[in-house]
Amino acid sequence: MSENKDLSLSLKDIQNMLDNYGVEELKDIKIEGDLEIEVEPLSGGVSITPEMLQSMVVANEAKQAVYHISNLFKMFGLSLSFQDISTIPTPVQAPVTEEVLKPRFKPLENLIAKKFNVSKDEWRLKVEEITLGATKTDGGTRGNVIKIGGEQAMPFYCWDGNIPNRPVVALDVFDMPISLAKAVKVHYEDVVHDPGDWARKAVKDYKADMVTIHLISTDPLIKDTPAKEAAKAVEEVLQAVDVPIVIGGSGNPDKDPEVLEKAAEVAEGERCLIASANLDMDWERIGNAAKKYGHNILSWTQLDMNNQRELNRKLLKVVEMPRDRIVIDPTTAALGYGLDYAYTNMERIRLAALGGDDELSFPMSSGTTNAWGAREAWMINSPMPEDSDWGPREFRGPLWEIYTGLPLAIAGVDLFMMMHPLSVRVLKETTQTLLGMIEGEKVDISNWIKEV
Amino acid sequence: MKVQSPLEVYNYLPGTNCKECGEETCMAFASKLIDRSKTLDMCKEILDEAYKEEYEKLEDMLSPEIKEIIIGVGDKAVKVGGEDVLYRHQLTFYNQPPFAYDVTDVMSEKEITERVNFVNNYKKFYVGNFLRLDMIAIRSVSDDPEKFKECVKKVKDLTELPIILMSFNPDVLDAGLEIIKDRRPLVYAANEDNWQKVAELIDKYKVPVVLFSPDLDKLSSLAKTFVEMGMDELVLDPGTYPSGKQLMGTFERFIKLRRSAIKDGNKDVAFPLIGIPAISSLISKDKDEFEQAVSESILTILEILKYGDLLVFHNIAPYAILPAIHLRFNIYTDPRSPVQVDAGLFKMGNPDENSPLFLTTNFALTYFTVKSDLESNNIDSYLLVVNTDGIGVEASVAGGQLNTGKIKDAIETTKAKEVIKHNTLVLPGLAARLSGATEDETGMKVLVGPTDSGRIAKWMEDHWESDK
Ligand code: B12
Ligand code: SF4
Repeated sequence: MSENKDLSLSLKDIQNMLDNYGVEELKDIKIEGDLEIEVEPLSGGVSITPEMLQSMVVANEAKQAVYHISNLFKMFGLSLSFQDISTIPTPVQAPVTEEVLKPRFKPLENLIAKKFNVSKDEWRLKVEEITLGATKTDGGTRGNVIKIGGEQAMPFYCWDGNIPNRPVVALDVFDMPISLAKAVKVHYEDVVHDPGDWARKAVKDYKADMVTIHLISTDPLIKDTPAKEAAKAVEEVLQAVDVPIVIGGSGNPDKDPEVLEKAAEVAEGERCLIASANLDMDWERIGNAAKKYGHNILSWTQLDMNNQRELNRKLLKVVEMPRDRIVIDPTTAALGYGLDYAYTNMERIRLAALGGDDELSFPMSSGTTNAWGAREAWMINSPMPEDSDWGPREFRGPLWEIYTGLPLAIAGVDLFMMMHPLSVRVLKETTQTLLGMIEGEKVDISNWIKEV
Repeated sequence: MKVQSPLEVYNYLPGTNCKECGEETCMAFASKLIDRSKTLDMCKEILDEAYKEEYEKLEDMLSPEIKEIIIGVGDKAVKVGGEDVLYRHQLTFYNQPPFAYDVTDVMSEKEITERVNFVNNYKKFYVGNFLRLDMIAIRSVSDDPEKFKECVKKVKDLTELPIILMSFNPDVLDAGLEIIKDRRPLVYAANEDNWQKVAELIDKYKVPVVLFSPDLDKLSSLAKTFVEMGMDELVLDPGTYPSGKQLMGTFERFIKLRRSAIKDGNKDVAFPLIGIPAISSLISKDKDEFEQAVSESILTILEILKYGDLLVFHNIAPYAILPAIHLRFNIYTDPRSPVQVDAGLFKMGNPDENSPLFLTTNFALTYFTVKSDLESNNIDSYLLVVNTDGIGVEASVAGGQLNTGKIKDAIETTKAKEVIKHNTLVLPGLAARLSGATEDETGMKVLVGPTDSGRIAKWMEDHWESDK
């Protein structure tokens, strides 16, 4: 097109041009001789219509037409000169060209019929299905078993593939009173001194699917409770409630193997979830204990897909843990404190799993309670004087936990460890809704603008 | 965007490696275009008319999958849509969905003023900036053009924020548009019944418009028809339902629309989506305020995560807004780079040579948390910020980005020793394990502070004077 660079046209030429070539043919303007412009439909549905050119020139506003056409030609890399161009102000490039290119309104009589189509996600692998708890018939004392995992589609994408199990919630119980956010504490004040009562309340009043007994008093920096004594709390909880349970250590890498081994032993046959094996500790000993006493194992890594693969591989190859007894915890960071990392890490793990990565195709667990570490969840008000009011923390806290948990459900979490009764209720209700398990109230939204 | 590989882009670039764009080579620039960290107009050469064809080709190749639409004018204008991926790790999500709060034409003047001012002034500090609210949606409950007009006038005077005009009645919309046409409002909405009249308005006022239908065939028809009529500044509303099976359907429709647009290249629906968490009040009206906020929050979470490009709210309870603006920020943060601040030596308050010298990392969340703790407790001090590639204290100690070598370098390059005379450095509690080696390397006295910077004030009382 470079040979057209020095072309000059007069307004009259353009008028002749329009007359000569007629409205219809202008759609792909083709002008004989030394000028050739091809007008291709541009992206985004913007194209030059014959009506547009015509209206500009035929309209009496000659000056404006010149102005517009000059712009138009510039768009196509051509320069123009006009006899009376001196009186024309310099065009403002962006808005004017937009206006020029904007097609004219063409009212239509009827809607153009369209059928909406969308592809299906095709996956190669399904997530392992894990059974938690054992009833009398399979050698335990639980009233029911819980299954998690087994998904053949992204979370709640029920139209793509089967999602056989709903996410479940385990409420946290500690083997000693610990400092809790005020909004949480009020719900457990009467039971914090007794893990059995605590577990009972969690199940009976707050409808926990499971409970987690955290043996945090075993931490050498806390009480250094011996493993044998700590295991009693596990027995207490097993007696107090008949839901499946999770057994957690203190997180101390030196002490946990011993503590979890003992706990696994006293809970033999109950098919608990042992939380957790971690790369920084003797994962082999913990894994072996879980395997030997008939439990599932929680494989916990910190926000790193490759570490998660590595630990799972170790549990599968070295410990020889059966595939249907591994749950993974890729780490939960609270809203505002790394939730973006946790969300994307989990989403990627689930995508990889469904896509065929059998080192990652396990149900996921989330320590959603971490939400309470965020200042916004527990502080009375903002430490920043410039901030708008944060609102009362007894409302803000549980919402913070919901806002941490629910996104992770959408990323693929199957088992939530939580604390606030309201957050638990909302999380359960919403995830069940997304699986079509709750009919709900039918509303007509066609006139919502007036009715809200 | 239609292209994945920089090579495809490179083929259309001038190939002269002139470096005008700030990149060493055209190839490097091509990869920046692909990850959207640079824009085509930064290559001066391609703007030359000799490259006209290439420019157009590139512009088309690089345009986002989902159309980007601007609502409002001036500084406060918002961009909606412009997205390219289904999962944020595949690139990043681009334009945070603006949050619009509603007022109605039957509210009292006092209530309207309070609500609009609340939205105007709301702010929450987070990683170096204030999170804010973005728009006002004006709903016509009266269905009376005159009343609506009055309401739009009031709101127009109260705020510069972009506006959404909401009614299914074209006469009402027309009345509102006449008042506020210069501010490029978004019109809500054309549906199966009113689309012709609304189209006339859109032509008359040249503003973007929402098309509403929970039936995706009809929504596609509406979109196709509007494009055919010459209007392509469209936002789609596939219907937000508050609960049960209907809510399940909402979730499904948002995902299917976006998948069809991005994965299947369906141009008919390649437009931004609007979500209406406000609709939750249809079922929660009789419940208490907190329950209402919870219902609206559920819709908010789902629509932030799954492709809502613009959200309309009814509830303005501060405890419900707070988590919503953080979730939006977190999900739209670019996953390719942690939010970080410049390293260096900074004054907190008015320190002198006896003031403490604290050390922290350049992860934005860490830096601003520590800074706000120091400032709000009036602790005049120096804060030495070490470049850990934007990783926080605990993770950078674990991952090695914070080490004694880096600390030593930072002290030397900032000449930190010269501003104090006590020669004492305070490390974060979570970096305690670096304290011995840091003393040896730097020749400074090293104290270990608390694990949470929120407790520095108390720590100062107990330790600073006695231990320094
Ligand atoms: C988000 C996160 C990440 C993100 C990091 C994002 C980022 N840009 O920093 C990613 C995904 C990259 C990550 C990676 C890793 N992480 Co990580 N991560 C976290 C997580 C969830 C939150 C950390 C956070 O951002 N906290 C908020 C910020 C503000 O905290 P902060 O910087 O520490 O600042 C606070 C204090 O230190 C103190 N403070 C700060 N400055 C100062 C200064 C003074 C003078 C004082 C007194 C106090 C003070 O006050 C601040 C406010 O409380 C924590 C778990 C948790 N704690 O919830 C794990 C955690 C920090 N990660 C951990 C690990 C092990 C890792 C990895 C090594 C994992 C791996 N094996 O790959 C990698 C290392 C990566 C690297 N360094 O390159 C461990 C660290 C264990 C340890 N103590 O050694 C943790 C604690 C998880 C765990 N429980 O095991 N991680
Ligand atoms: S400015 Fe354009 S031509 Fe020059 S190096 Fe950059 S991409 Fe290449």
